[in-house]
Parts: sequence; structure tokens; C-alpha cells
Amino acid sequence: MSELYSTAHSAITDPSLHAWGPEIPVYLFLGGFTAGIMVLSGWALWQGRRNQRAHATFSLASSGLFTLGLGAISLGMLALFLDLSHKAYVWRLYLTMKPWSPMSWGAWILLLVYPVLLAGVLLDPPRWLLRFAPALDALWRRLADDGRVRRSTGFVSITTGVALGIYTGILLSALGARPLWSSALLGPLFLVSGLSTSAAFAHWASPEPAEREQMAWLDNLFLTIELGLLGSLLIGLLSSTEAHAEAARLLLGGPYTAVFWVGVVGLGILLPLVIQSLAVTGRVAHTPIAPVLVILGGLALRFVIVYAGQYSHWPRV
Amino acid sequence: MTTIGGLSRRRFLKIAGAGAGVAAVGGSVGELLWKAHGGRETERGLRQVPTFCDICFWKCGAIASVRDGVLWKIEGNPDDPLSRGRLCPRGTGGVGAHFDSDRLRAPLMRRSVRGQEQWTEVTWDEALGAVAGKMQKIKAEHGPEAIALFSHGIGGTFLKHTLKAFGTPNVTAPSFAQCRGPRDVGFNLTFGEEVGSPERTDIRNARCLVLIGSHLGENMHNTQVQEFAAAVGAGASIIVVDPRFSIAASKARFYLPIKPGTDIALLLAWMNTLVTEELYDKDYVQRFGFGFEAFAAEITPFTPEWAYPETGIEPEVIRETAREMARQRPATLVHPGRHATWYGDDAQRSRAIALLNALLGSWGRKGGFYAPVSMDVPAYPYPPYPKSTRGKADNPGKRYPFANETITTGIREATLTGKPYPIKGWFVYGSNLIHALPNEQETIRAIQNLDLLVVVDVIGSEIAGWADIVLPEATYLERYDEINVETFREPFVALRQPVVEPPADQKPNWWIARELAGKLGLEAYFPWKDIEEYLAHRLEGAGLSFEELKKKGILRGEKKPIYFEEGVEPTFPTPSGKIEFYSTQLREAGFDPVPKYRRPPQGPAGSFRLLFGRAPVHSFSRTQTNPILHEMMAENEVWVNVNVATRYGLKNGDLVRLKNQDGVVSNPVKVRATQAIRADCVYIVHGFGHTSKMLRRALGRGASDAGLVTRYEVDPLMGGTGMNVNFVTLEAGA
Amino acid sequence: MARLGMAIDTRKCVGCMDCVVACKTENDVPEGFNRDWIRYEYQGEWPTLRLEIRSERCNHCDEPPCVSCCPTGASHVHPFGAVVLVDKDECIGCKACVASCPYDARFIHPDGYADKCTFCIHRVEQGLQPACVAVCPTRCMYFGDLDDAHSEVSRLLASRKHHSLLPGAGTEPRIFYLE
Ligand SMILES: Nc1nc2c(c(=O)[nH]1)N[C@H]1C(S)=C(S)[C@@H](COP(=O)(O)OP(=O)(O)OC[C@H]3O[C@@H](n4cnc5c(=O)[nH]c(N)nc54)[C@H](O)[C@@H]3O)O[C@H]1N2
Ligand SMILES: Nc1nc2c(c(=O)[nH]1)N[C@H]1C(S)=C(S)[C@@H](COP(=O)(O)OP(=O)(O)OC[C@H]3O[C@@H](n4cnc5c(=O)[nH]c(N)nc54)[C@H](O)[C@@H]3O)O[C@H]1N2
Ligand code: SF4
Ligand code: SF4
Ligand code: SF4
Ligand code: SF4
Ligand code: SF4
Ligand SMILES: [Mo]
Repeated sequence: MSELYSTAHSAITDPSLHAWGPEIPVYLFLGGFTAGIMVLSGWALWQGRRNQRAHATFSLASSGLFTLGLGAISLGMLALFLDLSHKAYVWRLYLTMKPWSPMSWGAWILLLVYPVLLAGVLLDPPRWLLRFAPALDALWRRLADDGRVRRSTGFVSITTGVALGIYTGILLSALGARPLWSSALLGPLFLVSGLSTSAAFAHWASPEPAEREQMAWLDNLFLTIELGLLGSLLIGLLSSTEAHAEAARLLLGGPYTAVFWVGVVGLGILLPLVIQSLAVTGRVAHTPIAPVLVILGGLALRFVIVYAGQYSHWPRV
Repeated sequence: MTTIGGLSRRRFLKIAGAGAGVAAVGGSVGELLWKAHGGRETERGLRQVPTFCDICFWKCGAIASVRDGVLWKIEGNPDDPLSRGRLCPRGTGGVGAHFDSDRLRAPLMRRSVRGQEQWTEVTWDEALGAVAGKMQKIKAEHGPEAIALFSHGIGGTFLKHTLKAFGTPNVTAPSFAQCRGPRDVGFNLTFGEEVGSPERTDIRNARCLVLIGSHLGENMHNTQVQEFAAAVGAGASIIVVDPRFSIAASKARFYLPIKPGTDIALLLAWMNTLVTEELYDKDYVQRFGFGFEAFAAEITPFTPEWAYPETGIEPEVIRETAREMARQRPATLVHPGRHATWYGDDAQRSRAIALLNALLGSWGRKGGFYAPVSMDVPAYPYPPYPKSTRGKADNPGKRYPFANETITTGIREATLTGKPYPIKGWFVYGSNLIHALPNEQETIRAIQNLDLLVVVDVIGSEIAGWADIVLPEATYLERYDEINVETFREPFVALRQPVVEPPADQKPNWWIARELAGKLGLEAYFPWKDIEEYLAHRLEGAGLSFEELKKKGILRGEKKPIYFEEGVEPTFPTPSGKIEFYSTQLREAGFDPVPKYRRPPQGPAGSFRLLFGRAPVHSFSRTQTNPILHEMMAENEVWVNVNVATRYGLKNGDLVRLKNQDGVVSNPVKVRATQAIRADCVYIVHGFGHTSKMLRRALGRGASDAGLVTRYEVDPLMGGTGMNVNFVTLEAGA
Repeated sequence: MARLGMAIDTRKCVGCMDCVVACKTENDVPEGFNRDWIRYEYQGEWPTLRLEIRSERCNHCDEPPCVSCCPTGASHVHPFGAVVLVDKDECIGCKACVASCPYDARFIHPDGYADKCTFCIHRVEQGLQPACVAVCPTRCMYFGDLDDAHSEVSRLLASRKHHSLLPGAGTEPRIFYLE
């Protein structure tokens, strides 16, 4: 029988840590989503795919997705910026490179992401751009037609995307103080979740029927892997120290159970998995329902992990 | 690296300079300053002023730091024998008393019925004029004795002087009948001397320390706690007797979880063991004792086996602890306690404690009770006070024959009954009578009989809420007070001097007292120009320099012997001139010449005895609005034995109301379901549950023990009011 | 290079919070935040209970995750006594360090930067004790160089049973509790 009393200490840590609000999960989600786009579209470029139409679309090789990526990552960075409590000093991020700080190399990766996405856009120059700078028109067409340029851009896009995706997970798992986060699987998990959300989007938005079939199929693959990763993450925690098991129980019977099982697993993974399996086997038509569910599920995953993670704690005694 | 050193300073300057930044800084000392001073910058740099603390009555020497004209921090004065350079948490947080946004700012005059707390701000001249007028009227109708002064603490010195000059002998404080009175009477009857304050306990050198309810560590009387820790560190064996597993109990080798109210039984059994096992200090008793045989005969029946069913303490534990005391004697200190007004048999319990110490030969001995010394600082040569023909009103016909100080509740009684003569005016200085005296309603009824209630306070306390006229005093950090001529291990004098300006129209006690005297035509009693002249004059009388005292805050005298071993002459100013194991004066007055145990009445079934005590970060009912101390502890909790709590389906943090045997219901208060208390009592910290609307920060936070103390047992020897005789039930919900 | 640390004697500590109050005033710690705090841990069943009282604060860890996770270097190990500090002019307020501390020792100051116990380096550099140590009425706190075998802390740690907090967290805390 033991009793513990503590004099109140800090508003931000009592009764449990709540340093981060919605900005961070939103940032992590958009980061993952962008990472997914970079990998998938990069893969398409690598394969030499092209935008079939005269205008930008959301097909993989079109500038549409890359532009969307630019928008998403910018929104994400805005969310991150909004979370900073000492905003005036944000430039400090780029005066140094801290190898042990995921935050730090995350900051630099984000700098890399922009040119890559831009390159992606320029390989399928949208009309307005051409009209805007006709002089460069010829040059663009030559580059855009050059297989090596397309392939290497694709390659860089994939690697940067993977780095970005994994980083969004490691950002949390590097903070050992929160048992729920202290798992090496968080990086892969967020990457795969990012892939599945972007695949879901392409499945929904791509104008090319073949590509949509393919994306639905791929998305099912990602969702299955994600399920596996979630499973092993929880099992890993349960079989670790009491503090870690305690953290896992937050999702298995604790305050976050409902959101996790219903939001993330049920509606975010299993249901779309079923729907899309029926779709790819031609039993039902492709509808936006599954993709939308997957995207919301990905967002919910970030929220649950960030909030439950802050709640999880080493024993106070 | 200097950026860190400069960090707080740079931020501070920002605070002193800019409003916006300040709002962001929440309640930092800087912002409080902003509120109190409107951001005025008065001076630059660091200034340190020695003074002594007034958050309680221990008077620790302190050094206050003023940074750029703004009070920054208060630390102990290393020169001071009491604090030895370290204040208690309340003293350290004393900074907040200056910044408290709930402070009284100007004199107030009542606008509607008493207790409504509706005021008109008036000038000091109007206020004191009105007071003087009322006083003269009362004097004309009922005589000067009809005005009584309740004054607690050294700050009241000058007001006491004015009222005595006015002609009243009725000057009192709760420190006697609600605090240490029974203890000092019990020791007086035994040794012919009191324990006094600061207690003459040599805790530092004790090899065995027995604490009977003294909850040192929660009770933060600084020197006592410092010496307690030293004793613990030195491996002294600690014996704690307390129904609650107190902080002190957690340091003890023996913890005796006694049934409340049965301590006399335990004390008798201890003495019985020492005598029957012949473990007591025979030589000491033989040389200094009177009536030992009669005493020994009286206590023979009270064996540990007899005490067991009364106290719940196993006979073996009683014997073992008695033997441990004997093993360490004379360096065994059975602490006399301080707040001794528990059950109404308190003077006799204190006498039993005194006798136990006598058996152990610890009175006058190292590790027991030393003989305190002090400097000789002659009083200021005032004209003599007018003699009252009627005497004091608190104790007509010496109903309480051994009362040697004025009984607060006796004055209250006289105010209610008009006997022996009517009391028509109360002056209250530094005492929140609503929280300090038992049975609030009696106090309020007495107040309704008054023609004049003047309260001098620093915040809008409950008693201020009932006043006709409220006078706002400057805090101890903003004023001079009487010199502290301390009686302690070594002689010294200490000075309280202003550190900062009062934030508004608050005035020091000496100024108020003198202005009032002027309006009463008593100028002759204030021959001095100002307080500095008064203080300088007194110090010169002792061959001390005021200027030096201003610089050092403390002037220490020659160390002198304080133990019999060191050559202190053993004298016992009792009727027999010896330690009275058997008290003839008690027998003659019709009391037990040797303490007897009487079983305390139990409460109604399903109720719990209400016990109360201290929290380290608060003083009585006076610090709950101090912003710093408030943040440390904003409300009290009710300690309930965890098994009881479970039975009631209560867990930590649940809200309950306490309802006492007379139907009084407390504020909602959080439950602390704990192993650390007996199942037959509950415990709350004193001083919370404020009801005065002027105490915005503290209003309604926690429960008031005072409110629940409707019953009290009066000590027939000296009129003390035992307050641990109330029983409560737990009423669910907020 | 010195490694400053503390040994706190739980036998003497009475949990009075003086160390908390003194830190408040010394360091202008804003309302709602504290750089140190007290924990009271009861063990056993009434009436045979054990109580350990601990004055807790930043442990100035030898392996401080709060420093390694900081993207700007605002959180750093200061050469003076290996004290873990925050340079508020480099701090962007990302809160990574707050989340990385298993002791919840850090908070975000209302002015936006990460803040916590500094071991009162501004006092220590002047040869003074930290405010909490200097105020403690029970004199139960000892502050000094853990690398100096002759320092009072080292001698106490060598001679008395002690423990630190969350040894499993791998942070190598430098505050020790004497039993
Ligand atoms: N129920 C219950 N009653 C008790 C006790 C208990 O534990 N429980 N304890 C008893 C004991 S031991 C004692 S000693 C007494 C204490 O009784 P009091 O001495 O009355 O203590 P407080 O209730 O703190 O009231 C002190 C008042 O003085 C005011 N004050 C503070 N500083 C100053 C100042 O500088 N100048 C002026 N003019 N006023 C000031 C405060 O605001 C407050 O209103 O209470 C006794 N009564
Ligand atoms: N922090 C702080 N310290 C203070 C004060 C303050 O206001 N704040 N006030 C000072 C003053 S003036 C005084 S008088 C002292 C008062 O403090 P003390 O004289 O030390 O203690 P009491 O208030 O008499 O008693 C409180 C303790 O007695 C226990 N107790 C209750 N009933 C019984 C019983 O029947 N038998 C036994 N053996 N124990 C019992 C309670 O559980 C509690 O632990 O504190 C002084 N120190
Ligand atoms: S004991 Fe604490 S409150 Fe009382 S005088 Fe000393 S420092 Fe001040
Ligand atoms: S000041 Fe000392 S005794 Fe009081 S709580 Fe802090 S460490 Fe413990
Ligand atoms: S206690 Fe926390 S804040 Fe302090 S050094 Fe260790 S990890 Fe960092
Ligand atoms: S909050 Fe400041 S100190 Fe903490 S990690 Fe971020 S930048 Fe570093
Ligand atoms: S060392 Fe200084 S900063 Fe740290 S807790 Fe103690 S007083 Fe506060
Ligand atoms: Mo008292």
C-alpha cells in the first residue's frame, strides 16, 4: 500500500504533459502525406510515366500532385510554426545542425523537400507557367522530355520522401521520456501511414482508371502493413517495462481506447480495406468513401499517438 | 556565464519598465509589484535591509533585498541566533505580504449593519477622530475599563501603551487561553517557571526527544524545526505520540498512535514505569523534589496495563519507550508542546509532562530545558498609567485561580453578560478573533453588544469585516516596531525597520497609537518626537547604538551559562521552593495535587473527532491571501483514514462537507484518504475557509476548523479553551 | 571539469517547501510554474508507515535527452559544472525538451522560452549556494562537485545509502537522495 502526494509544479506538466496541441499532429499528418506523394509520384517518374493530358491533373506523374505536396507541406510548416512559443527566434533552426536532434534535421529535410517538389512540378509545366514565361518554354520541354532528368528526379523524390516520412515518426520516438513513443517502429509506421493516405488520395483523385485500380491495390497493401506495424508496436510495448506496458494500455482499455479502435483501426484501416478489396475485385464501384476514411484515419492516428504519448509517463516514484 | 546571471535581472528590468511584458509574466513577483506600485521605479541597484520577520511570533532575524527599488527577496540573518540565517517557508514567502492585492489600503468606516462589509473610505484624521470620540463617550458612561484590547504580536506594543494610558487593564491575546496558557501554568505549578516563547527546549542537544502532538515540520517555528532536524541527524531517538502519522512521526523510532484525549493516561503509565522500575533520576528528585512519596503513591495504580485500553498503546511499547527515555536522561526532552488547549484538562496534562521531565532530571539540564537569558534594556520612562479601581473583567472572583494572564474568552464573556462590569468597546490588533476564539457565534453576539469595534489589520480579515472602523496597518516590511529584547539561549536584541514604502495609505502601529493618543489628550504619554528617537533612547539606556543596530539588525550580548551543569543556580520559585511533585496549592484550590486521568467524552456514533494543526506554508488565518504562500497551498484537505473513506465510497480529491454535532456545516473540502491517521478522528489544517469578501484570493477556499469548533472545554485551573472536543460527520458532495 | 550535483538527506527533510518558495523569489519563477517541488511517498499500512519526502528539480543529467533533442542548441551543458541550461535567446519554443524530460522538470516560461532549474548558477558562480540549498531550515541539502572525492556531497554519497530517480530512464541524474 503506497500513497504519493506532490506539490503542484508546472501548469504544462500537471497532471500530465500537455506541451503540444493540435498543431503538431496536423503537422505530422501533412508531413507524412507529402512524403507519400513524393514517394508515389517519384516512383511514377522513375518508371517514366507521363501526365496523359494537356493540363495538370492528380495523376501521379502530373504536376498536380507535386503542387498539392507543396501546399500540404507549407500548411504543415505553418502549423509547426504556430506551435512554437518563441516564434521570433525560429531562424535559430537554420544557424546550426544538431545531428542528435530529429527536430534539427527535420528542419533541414523540409528545406530539401521544396526544390524536389518544385522539380516535380516543372517536369510537367502547367499551362499558366508556360504562358507566363514562353521564353523558357523550349528549355522546359527539353528537360521534361529527358528520361535521365525524369528518372533521377524521381529517385531523389523517393529518397527525400522516405526520409521525410520516417522523420515525422522519429521526431516523437527520439523523446524517450514518453513510453508510448519509445519505439523504433514509429518512423516506419508514420511513413507507411503517409503512403496509404497519399495512395488513397490518388485512388480517389487520379483521372486514369488504371492508376486508380493500382492505387487502391497499393493502398490495401499499405493499410495491411500499417496494421501489422501497429500490432507489433503495441506488443513490443506490452512486453517491455511496466511503464511501456502502461502506455500501451492507454490504447487498450485506457482513455484513448475508443478513438484508437473505432477511429484509427476500425474506420481508418479495416473498413476502407474491406471496401477497397471489394472495389479492386470489381464487386463494388470505386467511391471516394474509402479514400476519405483512410485520410481521416491517418489524421486520427497522429492525434491519438501525440496525445496519448504525452499522457504516457514514467512512474513518478 | 553572465547571460544566466543577468537573465532574471534583464527580465526584471523589462517588468519594471513595460506593462505588456508584465501581463504575460503571470503572477511573478514582478507583476505583483506592478500591481502594487503601478510600475513606478524608485531607485537603482541592490539594497539589503536587516529586520525581523512577523509572519508568526518567532521573530526570526531576516535580511530583505530590494532590487531597483522593488522588494525582491527575504533571507535569514546569519547573525541571528533564532534563524541562524535561514527563514521558514512563511518567512521566505513574506515578500508576498507586501505585494498582496487583498491588502487594506485606506481607513474604512462601516456604512451599513455590522458584518455586511460595506464601507466608506475615510481619512486617518476622520477615522481616528471618530474612534477617539466613541472612546470618550464610553469612558464617560462606563469608565475606561469598558474598552478592551485584543492584541497579538510585538506590533501591538504602542497601541497597548495608548489604551493602558487611557485607563483600561483589559488587554489580552489568544496566546494565553487559546494557546500556550495551560502549558505555562502547568510548568509554573511544577517548577515555578514557565516554558515561555521561544520555548526554552534544548532540542539540539537532546538524545531522546518525546513529541506529544508537537508536529514539528508542520509547526514551522524555525529554531524548533532546525534543532529537531539536527537531533534527527545526530541520531537522537525520537518518540512521537500523535493520532496522526505526522511529519515528525515519520522521523520517529517509536510512533505511538494514541487515542485522542488520553495522553494523561500515557503520561501516568510512563511515570509509573520510571518509578516502579526505579529508572528515574533519584539524586535530582531527592535534591530538588517536593512531595515525591505522595506523588509515587498516587501513581502506583496507573500501570501500562491500565493505560492500554484507554490509550490503545500496548503495555510493552509504553515500558520500552519509558526505558528509552531513562536511558538517555537527563538529555531526554519531553517536549511541552505549545498549542496546549485541547481538552480542558490541559494544565494538568502539561503538569504531567513537567513531572515526567522532572523524573528524568531534564529541567535545567543540557538536552532538556535550558535557563534562558536576555539583555537588560530598560523600558522607556513613561508617566505611570492610571490605576483601575475595578480590576480586570476577564476572571471575576478568580474563578480560574491559576490564570496569570488575561483570558480572551473571559473578556468575551464579560461583554456578553455585562458582569463583572460592562465592556462596550473592543480594539483588535493583529488577531482574527473569528478564527482564533472558539464558538464564532459567541464572539459575534458579544460584538453585537459593543458600541465600538475597531480593528487594526493588514488585510480584510473576518474580524475586520465585523468592525465599525478598520485601520489599515503597514506590514512589518514597511515599519519600525518595538525592539525585540529576546529571552533565549544567548542574549540579543533585534530591530524591525522599514524595508520598503507602504503601497498606499497604510500606517505603522506606533503612528496610529500616537495619533490616537493625541486625539484622546494623552500626548504626555508620547514624549518622543518619532519612533527612531524612541528606539535610540531605549537602546542608549542599555549602552547600545541604534545606528549599529540599524546596520546589523541584531546585536548579541555576552554568552552566559544556561544549564545547571554550567553553574546556573537551581532555583524553583514554587511555594515549597522545590519541584512540586505534589502540589499543595492545587489541593488547597480544590484540584488534583497530582494529575489524574479522566476519560474524555466520546462523540455521537458515526462521528469523528475533529483535530487540527498547521501546514508549513501558512500561519493561522493570516497568510491565505499572500500570493506566494497561496500558490504553495491554496486550500486545506480533510485527512480521513483510508478504510473509513472507502467505507463512505470516498477517494482522494472528492469533495465533502464536515457537519459538527451542533449542525454547523463547513465549506466543501477535498478528502485526503490516507493511511496516516486513526479511524476515529479527522484532521484539517487551521486557518482556511475564509468568509470575508475582502479576502478575494482566499474566500471560500477550504474548510474552517474554527467554524466547526462550537464546543470547548474550559480548563478549570486557568480558563484555557480546549477545542479538540468537537465531532463531525462527512456529508457527501459540494 | 567539475560535475555539480546534489545529495538530499530524506531523513532530515520535513517537506516544508521552503526550497520551493525560495526558488520562486530568487528566480522570479512565474505563478503556475515551479522549478522545484516536493513529493511525499508513504509506504505501508497504518500505523506502521514509512514516509520518504523528496525535494525534486531538474537532475542536471549526465545524459540529458533535453539537450540532445534540442534543434538549436539552446539547451546545452554549460562548461561550468556541467550544469544543464537553456539560453533563452536561442530557444524557439518547440517544447521537444519539455516532452523529453522524464522528470517533467521543464516548463515553457510565459515569455515563450523553455525554463527550469539552473542550479542557481548565477549564485554558484559567485561562490554562493543555490537558493533552495541556502534556505533549507533542516540543512538537508548538500550541493557540490561529484567529481571531487573530497567534496561533502561525494563523501556523503560514499558513506551513505542513496538512490536517484528513474535510473532506468538512462539519463544519469545528478541529484541523489540519502536514505
Ligand atoms: N480553531 C482554532 N483556533 C485557534 C487555533 C487553531 O489551531 N484552531 N490556534 C490557536 C493559537 S495556537 C493561536 S497562537 C491563535 C492565533 O490567533 P491570531 O493571533 O488571531 O492569528 P490569526 O488568525 O492569524 O490572526 C492574525 C490577524 O492579524 C492580522 N495581521 C497580520 N499581520 C499583521 C500586522 O502586521 N499588523 C496588524 N495590525 N495585523 C496583522 C492578520 O491579517 C489576521 O487577521 O489562534 C488560536 N486559535
Ligand atoms: N507553519 C506554521 N507553524 C506554526 C504556526 C503556524 O500558524 N504555522 N503556529 C505556531 C503556534 S502559535 C503554535 S501554538 C504552534 C502549534 O503547533 P503544536 O503546538 O506543535 O501542535 P498543536 O497545534 O497543539 O497540535 C497539532 C498536532 O497535535 C495532534 N493531536 C491532536 N489531538 C491530539 C491528542 O489528543 N493527543 C496527541 N498526542 N496529539 C494530538 C494533531 O494530530 C497534530 O499533529 O505552531 C506554531 N508553528
Ligand atoms: S518562524 Fe517563520 S514565520 Fe515565524 S518568524 Fe521565523 S521565519 Fe517568520
Ligand atoms: S526546504 Fe529543506 S526541509 Fe524543506 S522541503 Fe525543501 S529540502 Fe525539505
Ligand atoms: S532532469 Fe530533465 S531537464 Fe533536467 S537535465 Fe535531466 S532531462 Fe534535462
Ligand atoms: S524548447 Fe527551446 S530549449 Fe527546448 S528544445 Fe525547443 S528550442 Fe531547445
Ligand atoms: S537550484 Fe536554484 S533554480 Fe534550481 S531549484 Fe534550487 S533554487 Fe531553484
Ligand atoms: Mo499559538
